[in-house]
Amino acid sequence: MVEIGHFALVLAFALALVQSTIPFLGAVSGNDRLMAVGGPVTVTGFALTALSFVALTQAYVVSDFSVANVWENSHSLKPMIYKISGVWGNHEGSMLLWVLILTFFGALVAAFGRNLPATLRANVLAVQGLIGAAFLLFILVTSNPFARMVPAPIEGRDLNPVLQDVGLAIHPPLLYLGYVGFSVCFSFAVAALIDGRIDAAWARWVRPWTLAAWVFLTGGIAMGSYWAYYELGWGGFWFWDPVENASFMPWLAGTALLHSAIVMEKRSALKIWTLLLAILTFSLSLLGTFLVRSGVLTSVHAFATDPSRGVFILAILTFFIGGSLALFAWRSNALTPGGVFQPISREGALVLNNLFLTTATATVFVGTLYPLFIEAFAGDKISVGAPFFDMTFGALMVPLLAMVPFGPLLAWKRADLYAAAQRLFAAFGGALLAVLAVLVVVDGASVAAALGIGLAVWLVLGALTDLALRSGIGSVGPAVALRRLAGLPRSTYGTALAHLGLGLTVLGIVGVTSFQGERIVAMRQGDTTELAGYTLRFEGMRTVKGPNFTEDQGIFALGTAAGRDLGEIVSAKRLYPARQMPTTEAGIRTFGASQLYVSLGDLTSDGGIVVRIWWKPMVTLIWGGALVMMAGGVVSLLDRRLRVGAPAARKRRDKVAAAGAPS
Amino acid sequence: MRLAALRALVVAALLALSGAAFAVQPDEVLADPALEARARALSAELRCMVCQNQSIDDSDASLARDLRVLVRERIAAGDTDEQVLAYIVARYGEFVLLKPRFSLRNALLWGTPAVLLVIGGVVLVVSTRRRERPAGQVLNAEEKDALAKVLDGEG
Repeated sequence: MVEIGHFALVLAFALALVQSTIPFLGAVSGNDRLMAVGGPVTVTGFALTALSFVALTQAYVVSDFSVANVWENSHSLKPMIYKISGVWGNHEGSMLLWVLILTFFGALVAAFGRNLPATLRANVLAVQGLIGAAFLLFILVTSNPFARMVPAPIEGRDLNPVLQDVGLAIHPPLLYLGYVGFSVCFSFAVAALIDGRIDAAWARWVRPWTLAAWVFLTGGIAMGSYWAYYELGWGGFWFWDPVENASFMPWLAGTALLHSAIVMEKRSALKIWTLLLAILTFSLSLLGTFLVRSGVLTSVHAFATDPSRGVFILAILTFFIGGSLALFAWRSNALTPGGVFQPISREGALVLNNLFLTTATATVFVGTLYPLFIEAFAGDKISVGAPFFDMTFGALMVPLLAMVPFGPLLAWKRADLYAAAQRLFAAFGGALLAVLAVLVVVDGASVAAALGIGLAVWLVLGALTDLALRSGIGSVGPAVALRRLAGLPRSTYGTALAHLGLGLTVLGIVGVTSFQGERIVAMRQGDTTELAGYTLRFEGMRTVKGPNFTEDQGIFALGTAAGRDLGEIVSAKRLYPARQMPTTEAGIRTFGASQLYVSLGDLTSDGGIVVRIWWKPMVTLIWGGALVMMAGGVVSLLDRRLRVGAPAARKRRDKVAAAGAPS
Repeated sequence: MRLAALRALVVAALLALSGAAFAVQPDEVLADPALEARARALSAELRCMVCQNQSIDDSDASLARDLRVLVRERIAAGDTDEQVLAYIVARYGEFVLLKPRFSLRNALLWGTPAVLLVIGGVVLVVSTRRRERPAGQVLNAEEKDALAKVLDGEG
């Protein structure tokens, strides 16, 4: 089975080479039969990659330790879900997942793209095939997951305990669906440049793909953030770590792309800029892969010590980014610029959004790479960390967020800013009220914190104002308004939900960073401590044995300061003997949107234990807001005008059904 | 995955160095809450030199602990925040600062956001100006005459 997987992967590489050349040659020479090769080859390539992935998964499921990759990352006692998620819990397997998703998206384009112009479809599949070929070759040459070991060891070395969590089952697949989803936008952009024209079909296809990729990437980043929050045991939700930045840059650029694609679809303006953004977004995904996979982040010197993988990915990176940008420089003149608009208009607002988002992307980019740059050219070491990003990125986000509610209220082509401001009067009043309420109610609240809460409320109310105005709530009867509300296009709901979710996330971030409470104490059995109106009494420790770990649990009786009993919180430390590595399992109790977070530390010499307790107000809104944003994206995807290809598929099926069973 | 893998590395590095432990320990905390708050704020700006992108406030490494204690000693001795930072940088170099200083070497780092915003803004203004022109074209003399004739004829 393992050899079948390896062979299937080699075959998939060969097919990817065919996919990247034959349809392209067909498109150049106008040969329909050559172009038609693209579809079946793409689908077969996906099937082979899937077979290869299944083969590796099977090796993990049966704990076949003769496969080096399984031996390094698995253990026979590991629960089944971690055996399966462990497939992508390592370099080789995660790259295989990456390529699997890439070929899957290629197959989707092949299957649903029958209504695309033939040359566009052929070129898109060819570019997709080229990316696939590059990464398949990378896996086969430098990161083969199917390498065997002789003799086969009896037991595996187990997966890194930090990764033994449902987070690993969800986070990487979502993240990759996002990263790689942007490859489709990239392929469309390059295909348009080769063709030398962008037509209506192009715009209608690129927006849903961007939206879908964005939804997945949002989910992946949010999931990763929550995972880090509960697993690492110090309750942080974002660290501005280079690895996080690597996923955040495509998200920022993708968000900009999402907005400029709207302008392009509705008004056929900003064509060239949208195309460039599509290229940049996927380039940033590739850059993320390079940064993380090459080891260059720790130090330029670490990169030099084991360069084979890094140099290979750097070559892929240079080829695709350099090639596509060169193509852009050469061909973008052939594209005709589109519609005209006044600076004060929906288009203008979306352009401003793009300006701020791309600047923010560049800021994160420079901040992440500056230490490498300085080390390489000045030989000095500097650090760029959270305080830098909080300051610069924050400064860019405040004006952008303040402008968000205006956008959807402005008309296309030419708008009245004053009228929009008047309509937002109620939302502004609500935000002001929130600022005052925070200053009055919360003891020792800073002005900045109050303004932050006000900004979040402004976003939420602004999104609701948009829906209220469109349905005519207040100006027409409630029955009419309700009917109109139900009849609004889904894309309107999508926008409102996404902006509302953004407001909730901002509320969570401001809430937890400004009003978090913390207690660090050494507790002995029977000791009681208090935080934010809750009391915790340390009841003692107990040891529990898990399938492949032992766990020391600290039991805490939770109550309110008024004396009401709220049950217990269990916070634990685990030891995984296979790797001799401990992990923390924080005890978390949710109250509304806020959480009480209890984490265990070292034993003290007098028989107590160090306990860290946090009160994290509104913290769950950070990820809840991301879920609402994703919901907005999904609702927008369901909008009727975006469901291209779906009717065609149904018609075909009807035809097949009418013709009776296929012979 | 990337996120996870690096996080795992970070954690592994930490644990290898010090065994499971906490960032700030109860015995480090200063008695005066105002001074302790300053110490925490300063700690968040200082890098744990043996960790990957962690401040000494978050880190469990013993070196981070030494630095935390040092920061508190300086604060207790009456140093201002700037003096504490200058003291630490003089001993450990600028690498220890998570927020690099404003200097010529870091000009590109600090300048990028502002410069890009300005350049982008200028490009936008210029391009909208250029785009407006064809829409608001001025009539030449011949066209004006023709227009006047039409209007006169109708009026």
